[in-house]
Amino acid sequence: MAVILLFVLGGIFAPWISPHDPYEISLQDQLASPSLSHPLGRDLNGSDILSRLLHGARISLSVGLLVVIFSGTIGTCVGLMSGYYGGWTDSVLMRIVDILLAFPGLLLAIALVAVLGPRTTNVILALTVMGWVSFARLVRGQVLSVKEREYVLAARSLGQSDAGIMRHHILPNVLSPVIVQATFSVAGVIVAEASLSFLGLGAPPGTPSWGSMLSDGKQVLMEAPHVSFFPGLAIMLVVLSINLLGDELRDLLDPRDVQKKHLI
Amino acid sequence: MLVFIVRRLMMLVSVLLGVVTLVFFLIHMIPGDPVDIMLGENALAADKEAMRQDLGLDQPLHLQYLSYLSGVVRGDLGTSLLSRQPVLKEIWSRFPASVELMAGAMFVALSLSIPLGILAAMKPRSLMDALAMLVSFLGAAIPSFWLGPLLILLFAIHLNWLPVNERGGLEHLILPAITLGTALAAILSRMIRSSLLEVLGEDYIRTARAKGLRERTVVLKHALRNALLPVMTIVGLQIGILLSGAIITEFIFDWPGLGTLLLQSIHTRNYPLVQGCILFIATVYVVVNLLTDIAYGWADPRVRLK
Repeated sequence: MAVILLFVLGGIFAPWISPHDPYEISLQDQLASPSLSHPLGRDLNGSDILSRLLHGARISLSVGLLVVIFSGTIGTCVGLMSGYYGGWTDSVLMRIVDILLAFPGLLLAIALVAVLGPRTTNVILALTVMGWVSFARLVRGQVLSVKEREYVLAARSLGQSDAGIMRHHILPNVLSPVIVQATFSVAGVIVAEASLSFLGLGAPPGTPSWGSMLSDGKQVLMEAPHVSFFPGLAIMLVVLSINLLGDELRDLLDPRDVQKKHLI
Repeated sequence: MLVFIVRRLMMLVSVLLGVVTLVFFLIHMIPGDPVDIMLGENALAADKEAMRQDLGLDQPLHLQYLSYLSGVVRGDLGTSLLSRQPVLKEIWSRFPASVELMAGAMFVALSLSIPLGILAAMKPRSLMDALAMLVSFLGAAIPSFWLGPLLILLFAIHLNWLPVNERGGLEHLILPAITLGTALAAILSRMIRSSLLEVLGEDYIRTARAKGLRERTVVLKHALRNALLPVMTIVGLQIGILLSGAIITEFIFDWPGLGTLLLQSIHTRNYPLVQGCILFIATVYVVVNLLTDIAYGWADPRVRLK
């Protein structure tokens, strides 16, 4: 939790707490090792790594949250409709899901960013296109079991509209796994964004994103390992903590699973 | 069984058709004129026109789609813009390197995860279990684009034990295979642990123990074989992780596989090759999934009925 808090606060307040300008270029101090004024050292352009790391948290955080909000919303709506209406709606929507799932991992995002151009907005778009699918699958499965319950039948016999039933009776009952999934997704999206930036397909060159910092570090691995070390460590710590938070949330929101989890 | 296979094959065809359609529209999603982007705005008008004809971009969209589709069916994925070679030929020339990397990674994943999973499952909630699961937790969280450089730093630069970059003998494969295989090892060791724990609760295990067999024989001979069946099918499905993870690993180690081909073609805006690579990787993935499904259906008759 502490790491997540640090990450979120660091990201939000980056412009105010950064000790230096992350874009400042000072070629005579290229690759300087960590020192008192630059605790994590300087990178290839002589920029302060700590400041870039803090601004990078801002990018990771905003991309992570935006993608999960967009893909969670789209996926939940699609899953609700697909599960509730069934029949043709379900077949068509799930075929689209199957097609998107045929692209392993990052491939679809790489393809989309490749044609749209490396920009943060395109990264968000590409990761959303890739991400809503798992939410849709999850929600559809939940809806299929919830919609047969008596209270849904009761609402229907009282003449409530489909939209009303979905909003008031089904959605609240399928939301907790969605929240858990969303938490894990934030970690997944942060890694995906960093991967894209690492491959040169994320934020434009020069932007202080964790992935591109690692990519820069790869070129100077021999002379200045600290350039790669800190952004990588940051990504790993954040991903670890978010996954732990996800585990906690899962236990909290679904007490039935706790027993099962201990068995597994 | 036949009905099951036919049904799966029909699903495969429809999914592949969707994939081809999506990949076809990729090139049409390029904002602005794709020819301008590929050749640069200062190119000669005649060159642009030639390329437009070459790519069939001067024809109506539905005709372009049909000709692309018929090309794909015949194995013609177009011509690479730079080398002027057939796209499929370039892809084939890179494919063995990717397969080699994935096989290496799979070997690493299995040889790490099976012992870890067994150790953890033999004494659940012991120190050993906690340690094994901690390793797997860390392995899942460490991004390959950090692990790769760290491994290079340690084994290639500091210790000077292993070579880095380029494909060569077995020693060239070790670091990339560990980089790519670690995440999979983490996932698999958890699965093997839970699958083994489940099997260890079965009656026939109690019988084996009651017979007075040594614990080692019980776990390795009786339990592990049954526990690995579901894990093996997951291994098939996880090939996707390797396929896309390979893109990053190949980039780190300059490995001459499909991933670097895809990235190079993206950076040189060689769109027919980009399309070809994406289509090829997705197809390999879908086909491997299908084979896994069929193998599982063959091994476990209950699956066929679903």
